Amino acid sequence: MNGEALRLDGNAAGGILSEVFVPDVTAARATCANCGAMREMGALLVYASGMGMVIRCPSCDAVVLRIARPRKQLWLDLTGVKLVVIP
Amino acid sequence: MATRGVSSVIAATPEPSPGSAPAQRAAIAWRLATVVDVVTETPRARTLLLDVPGWPGHRAGQHVDVRLTADDGYQAERSYSIASAPEDPRVALTVLRLDDGEVSPYLNDVLRSGDRLELRGPIGGYFVWNVALGGPLLLVAGGSGVVPLMAMLRHRAAMQARHAVPARLLYSARRREDVFYREELARLAEADETLEVTFTLTDEVPPGWTGFGRRIDRMMLAEVAWPPAERPHVFVCGPTPMVEAVAATLVELGHDPARVKTERFGPTGGS
Repeated sequence: MNGEALRLDGNAAGGILSEVFVPDVTAARATCANCGAMREMGALLVYASGMGMVIRCPSCDAVVLRIARPRKQLWLDLTGVKLVVIP
Repeated sequence: MATRGVSSVIAATPEPSPGSAPAQRAAIAWRLATVVDVVTETPRARTLLLDVPGWPGHRAGQHVDVRLTADDGYQAERSYSIASAPEDPRVALTVLRLDDGEVSPYLNDVLRSGDRLELRGPIGGYFVWNVALGGPLLLVAGGSGVVPLMAMLRHRAAMQARHAVPARLLYSARRREDVFYREELARLAEADETLEVTFTLTDEVPPGWTGFGRRIDRMMLAEVAWPPAERPHVFVCGPTPMVEAVAATLVELGHDPARVKTERFGPTGGS
């Protein structure tokens, strides 16, 4: 499988993110902790696999957020996001 | 939260997205929908019309997650765009059958009226449009990527008496028989001078075909799209490579990247 074709938009993570965040965060603006770019979550890049999703910054390609569901748990790594502003 | 000591200084604040409305404040719940009707769209695609008790309403462009559970407890989840307008009380999902899919063959071959289906939604506050956001509107679809754009056109048609928003749809499909909503699109365009629908077929062009007969390219976009100076709201949906090529070309042509919104369906063109 090639990564090019599996790339999706932040929108695609809306379902799994709704298991953590009550408001729909795809329209929220996230600031990348690596480069400081601020984008709507829906405009970030999602790399999906069976287990979960890696969300990257379209400006610098750094990982902004990782969310996965191993063994019925929910794992969320937010080290790549500095600030989330929910409208 | 950030541990890398990166400066948080932001040089320029992007303008608020025109697609943004206040986020939903209620949790998105899994609900049990009932199939009330099934419409065959193409040899490989069907529309499921669903009654969803407690449905909070949606915006054009949003999607749902559908969850299937096998007898042994194994679950598979897929996202499907909503095809119906917010004004329609039923939720319509048009599903393209992927031969190696885990979910779409079940939705296409097995589900019948009266069957139940687990879904959660509506999801997504980014790839959304409503007439209040204005226009002009440019919609670019590849394959089943037309589904969320159809919700926008249906919504627009429902509201047309009060908000006349000029719109253009450029829709790329492999063959004529793969085109979703063909008659409805023709009807909408015929009844409405401010809507232009342009087709392009990439694999096979039938005799007498008056649309384009190639993949969407720069020349086609320059011809069909509104001039960048008119600042159209642009929504591009389809297979990932197509969406990325179209979005990049539109930006090269001078469209504001912030107004070009994308929804990638992954490798196949049918999520």
